[in-house]
Parts: sequence; C-alpha cells; structure tokens
Amino acid sequence: MQPIRPRRGSTGVTSAKIDTMSQPDEHLVGALVTDLDRGFVALFHALRHTVFSTALRLTGRWADAEDLTAEAFLRAYRALSGYPPDRIEELKPRSWLLTIVLNLWRNSLRDASRRPATESPEYLSDPPDPPDPASDVEQAVGERESVRELAHLLTLLPEEQRVAVVLRHVVDLPVSEMAEILGRPEGTVKAQVSRGLRRLRELYSKEVPR
Amino acid sequence: MTSDNDMNNHRPHETPFDAEDADPLVIDLAALATEGPAVLLDRITASWVRVPSAIGDLYVASTDGGIAYVRTSGVVHDDDAEFADLFHQRFTRPLVAATRPPTGLLPALHTHRSAKLKFDLSELSHFEREVLLAVLSIPRGQVRPYAWVAQRIGRPKAVRAVGSALGHNPVPVLIPCHRVIRSDGTLGDYVFGPPTKRDLLDAEGTNIGEVYELARNDIHYIGSDTTGIVCFPTCPNARRITSAHWKGFDSITAATTAGYRPCHHCQPATPEVA
Repeated sequence: MQPIRPRRGSTGVTSAKIDTMSQPDEHLVGALVTDLDRGFVALFHALRHTVFSTALRLTGRWADAEDLTAEAFLRAYRALSGYPPDRIEELKPRSWLLTIVLNLWRNSLRDASRRPATESPEYLSDPPDPPDPASDVEQAVGERESVRELAHLLTLLPEEQRVAVVLRHVVDLPVSEMAEILGRPEGTVKAQVSRGLRRLRELYSKEVPR
Repeated sequence: MTSDNDMNNHRPHETPFDAEDADPLVIDLAALATEGPAVLLDRITASWVRVPSAIGDLYVASTDGGIAYVRTSGVVHDDDAEFADLFHQRFTRPLVAATRPPTGLLPALHTHRSAKLKFDLSELSHFEREVLLAVLSIPRGQVRPYAWVAQRIGRPKAVRAVGSALGHNPVPVLIPCHRVIRSDGTLGDYVFGPPTKRDLLDAEGTNIGEVYELARNDIHYIGSDTTGIVCFPTCPNARRITSAHWKGFDSITAATTAGYRPCHHCQPATPEVA
C-alpha cells in the first residue's frame, strides 16, 4: 500500500470549478468509482496527514485524534458505499472529510458538556497525557519547546478561532475552501483566523514571559 | 477587515515581518502538522486471507478487533470478489488483502482449537454473542444439543433463537457451531449446509453415527456406575467407561434421580438445573 501524494495543481484543467486546483479530486474520486475499497485506501493515504493533523490540533490529544480520524474515515466509507457514482464524482474529498471531522468533533464537545460530571468522558477525567507521544518524534527532528507550547495554547482558543487557525495555518487550507467547509463568507473566515492569531499571541506572551 | 493589521499588534518582542509567511507564529503553526500514524488504516479497513482447512480453503476477514467473517471457498465459488461482496453485505468497511494470516489462525485450524483466537463480534446482538461464546467452549471431538446452549446462556426456552443465532454465525468453523446438533442425534442445519457439518465433525474424529444410534434408543447421556458421574456421549470421560459399568440415560433428571452427578468436564446440566 503506497501513499498516493496529492499532485498539486495537476488537476482541474478540464473542470469548470476553480478551486479544484488545490485538490487531486479527479484522481481520488475516479479511483473510488472504479474500486471503492482500493480507492478508499488511496484516499486515506492522500488525506490522513490533513485529517489527522486537524484532529490532533483540535482535540489536543493523540488518542482522541486517532479516534476522531478513524471514526471520520469510517463514516466517510459508510456514506460512500451508499452513493451512486455520479455523486461520488462530484465530491471534493478533502473538504468533505474535514466537514465530517468538524461535525464529529463538535458533537463530541456537545456530548461532553451535556454529560453529568460523574460520567465525564475519558479525556476529561484522565490524568493529562504527556503532551503527545509524537513529541518524541518531533523532538528528534528538532522540535522546539515553543512549538509544543503552541500546541497547548491552540487548545485554549475558543472553538471557532481554533478551527479557523488550524485549518488555515496548521493544514494550510485556502480561505476559499475553508469558507466552503465552514459555510461562512470568506471575509468572516479571514476575520476568525486573525482573531485566533491575535488571541494566540496574547496567550503566548502570558505563558512564555520573555 | 485586514488580517495583517490584526496580526501585527506591535508586541515589542515579536520579530517584525513583511509577509505572513515570515511570521514566526505562522511558521510554528505549520510545524504542528503531523503525518499521522499509518497503522490507523487498520482501524478503518478489514483484511482478508485465504487459508487451507479440513473442508477446503477458507476466506477469513479480520478487523483490528479480531476475526470477523469466514466463508468457504466453495460457498464463494473460489472467487475473491464474491467473498468481498458477501463481506460487504454485513460489514461497512473497506476490505483489503492481508499480507499474512491473523495470529494463531493456522494453528487453530490445524488443531481444531479456537479458544485463543480473537474475534470481532461487535456487529452482533448481545444474545448472538452470548450464544457464540457458549459454543466456543465446546471442545473438538464433542457435540452438544441446541437445548444445552440455550441452558448455558440462561435462556432455556430460547432453543429456536439459539438455532437462528448459530445460522447467523459470521465465523463458522472457528466458532464451532458445527458442534451443536439436535437432541434426536441428527445434525440439524448448518451455515454451509449439513454435508459440510458432517465433514467437519468427521475431521475432528467425532463419532456422530454413534451419537445418532444412542439417541434413537433414547440414550442422551452416559454414566459410569463406578464413578457415579454422567456425561454427554462424546465426552472423553464417557468414552473411557467400560461396557461393564456403562449406563445410558434419556435425561439428566433420570440420571440424578439414580444418584449420578453431572460431569464437570462436559457439563451436561447447568448447576441450577441439576
């Protein structure tokens, strides 16, 4: 099973849609239509970086990010197995998967806040993780303390700002695609990103006095 | 609403920047992206192998939870795609070819012992799971009536439901529903058809003809008058009884009335019933 890398800018030539430039959509959806199971494995490898990074920086916990990622892909597969080919062909896989991730994440937040304190979900009652297991790996490739600190600060942002900053700056989504995923005008999305960054700087200066 | 002004909020310790790309905060945020564990794929897909068994090749599909689905090559007409189709009728997961069989599968098929295998029975109802776990405890070479399974799970009247649950067993051969037969000594139904049930029992050395002969003579349990213990006919303890001490019973009640106690090995009656 070899990862299929997104071929940036290589598609969209024949498409009327403008923003397919950033996604290898035709390639991926074509594979899904030909053979759903093989196509789905290719889809997983093409998108796991984006989906997992989003999940990790939204939840702030490695184990929760794994659960969220696995659940999002399983839901996607369930939906795809009921879709006719023409519906699959119209999909923008990255936006679609990220929409599923965001919905699952928001639902989990809502469920957690509704649950009585005695039944708080694992990740609220557990002792805190060591920041995250990947930090070993990240340190090996020279991760700075400030970067790990930043991951923590991200989780302190209000929901909307966190989503905006993660999508824009962690997984590098174009504002146009974010607007589509979030169902908001581009201007609103940009403002949310800016507010998020500003808030991060404030938190940063508080937590890391220099 | 210009984001550049928002971001450039005049903190003396921040490095000034011209473009967003040079913003150290933005650079640090980009470093928070991570590859994500490739093994996550195992939580999303199921994988299949084709392995030899006493009744020809088996297709076996597993998830990260364990073995989830088994079909004979005969049932799927030796066709990988047909196996995948059947799998997808019950499971909504992508199915990919495995590089090697799940741990313990080959020895389990060779020895007809499945107790150590991991199964993924999460798609089943609570009742179906209970039934299958009870059946998993029947040792190779032995058989039990449907009514015994019903009794074991504390639902003595649910004999027909036990039959349906076994008919729905996603992992036949490995969870040995072929070791459950009718009280009259006949084989009853089987997921892969009664002839395959017979082949499996023969392969395990079960003398099913003898069980049937005994049942025809209303003998469902066998006791030893030296030990005072009563067993199912296929229990190894029953098979050791010499003809001089051999005593047949048509019911456990008859045996216990005669002063026999149920065998601890084959457990012909649950303690409550006894």
